[in-house]
Amino acid sequence: MTDNEVGSGAAEGAAPQDASDGPFDATGAGPLVVVENVNKHFGDLHVLRDIDLTVNRGEVVVVIGPSGSGKSTLCRSINRLEPIDSGTILVDGKPLPQEGKDLARLRSDVGMVFQSFNLFSHKTILENVTLGPVKVRKQGKAEAVKNAMALLERVGIADQASKYPAQLSGGQQQRVAIARSLAMKPKVMLFDEPTSALDPEMINEVLDVMTDLARDGMTMIVVTHEMGFARKAAKKVVFMADGQIVESNTPEEFFTNPRSDRAKDFLSKILTH
Amino acid sequence: MEQLLDLFDFGPFFDNFDAILQGFWAMLRLAAAAGVLSLVIGTVLAGFRVAPIPVLRWFGSGYVNIVRNTPLTLVLLMCSLGLNDTLGLAFSGEPSTTYYWWAVLGLSGYTGAFVCEALRSGINTVPLGQAEAARSIGLTFTQSLRLIILPQAFRAVVAPLGSVLIAMIKNTTVASAASYGEIAAVSKGLLDLPSFASGAVPLFIGVAIGFMILTLPTGFFFGWLAKRTAVAR
Ligand SMILES: Nc1ncnc2c1ncn2[C@@H]1O[C@H](COP(=O)(O)OP(=O)(O)OP(=O)(O)O)[C@@H](O)[C@H]1O
Ligand SMILES: [Mg+2]
Repeated sequence: MTDNEVGSGAAEGAAPQDASDGPFDATGAGPLVVVENVNKHFGDLHVLRDIDLTVNRGEVVVVIGPSGSGKSTLCRSINRLEPIDSGTILVDGKPLPQEGKDLARLRSDVGMVFQSFNLFSHKTILENVTLGPVKVRKQGKAEAVKNAMALLERVGIADQASKYPAQLSGGQQQRVAIARSLAMKPKVMLFDEPTSALDPEMINEVLDVMTDLARDGMTMIVVTHEMGFARKAAKKVVFMADGQIVESNTPEEFFTNPRSDRAKDFLSKILTH
Repeated sequence: MEQLLDLFDFGPFFDNFDAILQGFWAMLRLAAAAGVLSLVIGTVLAGFRVAPIPVLRWFGSGYVNIVRNTPLTLVLLMCSLGLNDTLGLAFSGEPSTTYYWWAVLGLSGYTGAFVCEALRSGINTVPLGQAEAARSIGLTFTQSLRLIILPQAFRAVVAPLGSVLIAMIKNTTVASAASYGEIAAVSKGLLDLPSFASGAVPLFIGVAIGFMILTLPTGFFFGWLAKRTAVAR
């Protein structure tokens, strides 16, 4: 837990996708998140069908696919915001526990960034970032504030620390949400369409923060349609359709040379607008 | 004309002013304790009603539905006559003390059900994403309820909670059913005195004004508080 210290400017000079150089715990390469044979239904709707996915330490995996294909559900099932019907999900070698204290502990190791930011609206920006470390990690207040300010500095919002979420732009709120997750020093971060609720001019400020994170060796699973980000930061692109993983490839291969018809069709649609 | 003026004979009212003030004081003591306790009971019940444990949810909704649909007089009679007198569950040997606490408990238990329902509607105004974000940073259910959901729910229902508390203050007049001597009991005692015959209307006016002195500022205060604490989304 101590060796993934996050400091401002830690990103300098690290080579892209070179996990071992970053400040995050990328030691002992190997699988960090293993999804095996996972199935999930919403009533009659079979939303996840035999999903297998392995994400190694320090790896960035981008999940892409049409609306309703189950991307969010997959993302949410990894920290058990959605329970699954069958199969196994291992995080750092441990299966997801049942609802309760153990699950809360696991969730604190799995950061999550939502499309709608979900900052705590009655708390200031600083309080949003210190809450988890103080209440979950039992960190001292002073230390938590110091770390939080360093993180806010890193995502470029330190000067807004005493404001409330509603006073910030969408892009700023999303960067705070990333800082809030990072404050827990998670082993892996999940992003569910982090930029799709943002005005176009704010998308890049969030993607830049994410790209820096990726460069620093953070393990990330990112649902996004931002191909620029996928190309720059991802090791692997996973294409989902109708609850299945249809294709899994390097970004370069996937975008220039999709194999399945579904992927070709989907890419032609997102490329034309 | 003379008869009409007779109706407004304030003499008896001021002759018994001390007793009336004592009645109000007794009412205030009841309202203050019940105000605090009903907020506590209501908050715990609201927590039960959204808990992931079915037994707690059943208990919460069972309690609210039974208590909310029982007349307050009956609740208080059950406390004083049933639990205190018949079953001998007295808080103290001193009748005024034990009936006071039974009145507090009965009124709080009753008002708590309404506080719970107001809070629950407040919980419904908190977007689901808030709870998901809370869980995703590793807060337990009780922590997310206490730190994230309830603070926002309270802010959303400050004004309706004010109405519940005002209703509670007025409901203190039923506490005479629990053998507790507050203002309504004092008034009734006075009205039964032959010497008080001409003072009825002034007494009613006086008591009504006394209540308004309490409830109007309560209403204004909660209105102000609602504006001040509103959560911007
Ligand atoms: N809580 C729910 N109850 C019932 N059905 C649901 C629920 N959540 C999602 N679904 C359904 O499950 C399917 C997969 O949903 P999911 O949100 O995972 O898709 P997605 O790939 O994230 O889509 P989008 O790109 O629109 O976000 C959809 O058909 C959706 O309608
Ligand atoms: Mg989605």
